[in-house]
Amino acid sequence: MSKYVIKRLAMAIVTLWVIITITFILMHSVPGDPFANENKRIPEAVYQNLLKKYGLDKPYSQQYLMYLKNIARGDFGESMKSNTETVNEMIARGFPVSASLGLQALLIALIFGPALGAIAALYQNKFPDYISMIISIVGVSVPSFVMGTFLIQFVARKVNWIPIGGWGEWRHTLLPSIALAMMPLAQMARLMRSSMLEVIGQDYIKTAKSKGISKSAVILKHAVRNAILPIVSILGTTISNLLVGSFVIEKIFGIPGLGMFFTTSIYNRDYTLIMGITVFYAIILILMLLFVDVAYTLIDPRIRLTEEGR
Amino acid sequence: MRNDIAYTKEMFEKAPQELRDSEKIKRPSIKYWADVWRRLKQNKLAMTGLVLLIILTIMSIIGTQISGYKYYEQNLKKINMKPNKEYWFGTDELGRDLFSRTWLGTRYSLIIGILAALIDFGIGVLYGGIAGMASPKVDSIMMRIAEVIYSIPYMLVVVLLSVVFSEAGAGTSMFVLILAMTITGWVPMANLVRGQVLQLKESEYSLASESIGASKGWILRKHIMPNTLGPILVNLTLTIPVAIFSEATLGFLGLGLQPPKPSLGTLANDGLAVMPIGLFYQILIPAVLISILMFSFNVLGDGLRDALDPRLRK
Repeated sequence: MSKYVIKRLAMAIVTLWVIITITFILMHSVPGDPFANENKRIPEAVYQNLLKKYGLDKPYSQQYLMYLKNIARGDFGESMKSNTETVNEMIARGFPVSASLGLQALLIALIFGPALGAIAALYQNKFPDYISMIISIVGVSVPSFVMGTFLIQFVARKVNWIPIGGWGEWRHTLLPSIALAMMPLAQMARLMRSSMLEVIGQDYIKTAKSKGISKSAVILKHAVRNAILPIVSILGTTISNLLVGSFVIEKIFGIPGLGMFFTTSIYNRDYTLIMGITVFYAIILILMLLFVDVAYTLIDPRIRLTEEGR
Repeated sequence: MRNDIAYTKEMFEKAPQELRDSEKIKRPSIKYWADVWRRLKQNKLAMTGLVLLIILTIMSIIGTQISGYKYYEQNLKKINMKPNKEYWFGTDELGRDLFSRTWLGTRYSLIIGILAALIDFGIGVLYGGIAGMASPKVDSIMMRIAEVIYSIPYMLVVVLLSVVFSEAGAGTSMFVLILAMTITGWVPMANLVRGQVLQLKESEYSLASESIGASKGWILRKHIMPNTLGPILVNLTLTIPVAIFSEATLGFLGLGLQPPKPSLGTLANDGLAVMPIGLFYQILIPAVLISILMFSFNVLGDGLRDALDPRLRK
């Protein structure tokens, strides 16, 4: 088991290194330098100082090593456009907002998605099945930004106590987290339905039933517990989709999260900020994937046993 | 029992014609794909998706010619008009006809989605096929590489590439959009193909073929490829909506196609800007079209999967 974790950790570090390197190469292959626009207005000496400040006067190899070293220390450098905040401070300000929004959406998806799928499977080809399948097809087909704008138009504009945008109170989180949760919720419902249908047909369910266990116990203890495993396995991708989805949702609802910083940094061509947020996102995502995979092997004894053979 | 009866010709009589015909295969034998199509036709949802797709494809081809306005034609006297008799989908804030723009946007979204999915398919089948047929050592190395590539958050790569290859605020070329989407997008297809090849390689009929002296290439062509085609086709159909979704999201974030070229995502982005002043239709139309596109590909893919799955055969 620990061998598996170590192997996965090594893979994660390699992946991170690849991402950092790609990001570095990409950002430095942009023609011109970030101060090119202001070049005309600022005196030559100041320009040279700016280059020096960001280490841009050194050869690429040295810059690369410096960047790696700084990231290892957890320092993403200074923003090229903001004079008041470093990249670290921006991440520290934006990430809690994004994380709480993402977590809330994940919770909504995790509570309602599997439940919807399980109900659909238990009432296969009956009315509840159709309803939940309609919800999940709509959820899979409607992109989060469409969902977000529709919620603003048809809910926030009609209901007074739900604000159109902004951040701060509980009320602000309601619509964005619903818009963000719809797609993973639908995916989970679909997955849960098919895996539940498969589990219900298994022999151990028949055994449990024939022993005379109550229906709810059969469903909750034997069916759901086994059917929920595929949901755990897609959690990693779900989390990564939530993070990306939050770019869009934060833009629509005007939420000051990390996604908003990212989109504005793209508009501003703030390269250190783009690099910083990309690498930060990558670290979070890879850690999440690692966590989910390890958790999965802990939950499913079948994997734990066959792991030695792999 | 000893057989000592002397048989003579008289003991036999000719079987009547209808008896001889009873064993004849009169109805056409149904080939695999015909069977798949037959079952797909029974799936109402999938057929709805297919019909919608056909309509949208036709509209994306001819739709730009119907209204008589070019997609870049500006008429500053008629800006932000609600849908009316003259402009069926209204006009945008530069007075451009949204009907032409919407269908051109649909065309670009479809092209980007389908091309990206096809490239994913090409790379994925090649890579996965090679990994599956190669020795376990090569296979393991190839799969590790794929794993690393896949755990790179794909949207970040897309955003990064779009940033790097586009001028500030000027949008991205279609080539870069497709490149960005396919860099990590091929990995699921490769995984699928490899898994299928590994499984089918060990199947009884491959073994049987091998035992009577078939070459590796023969087994690959005759046994493995036809049997992987189904899952690959399903995956291809389900990759297209993902690509359309990514393109729309990028466009919505301001990283879409270079203006004045529209895509559904950039149209929605333009629509969002005027939504606060009560012009909801500008975002409504592209948003609904994106949703219909994704819905159609998704239900078609699901329907195909069900139709291809022999376990669901009745």
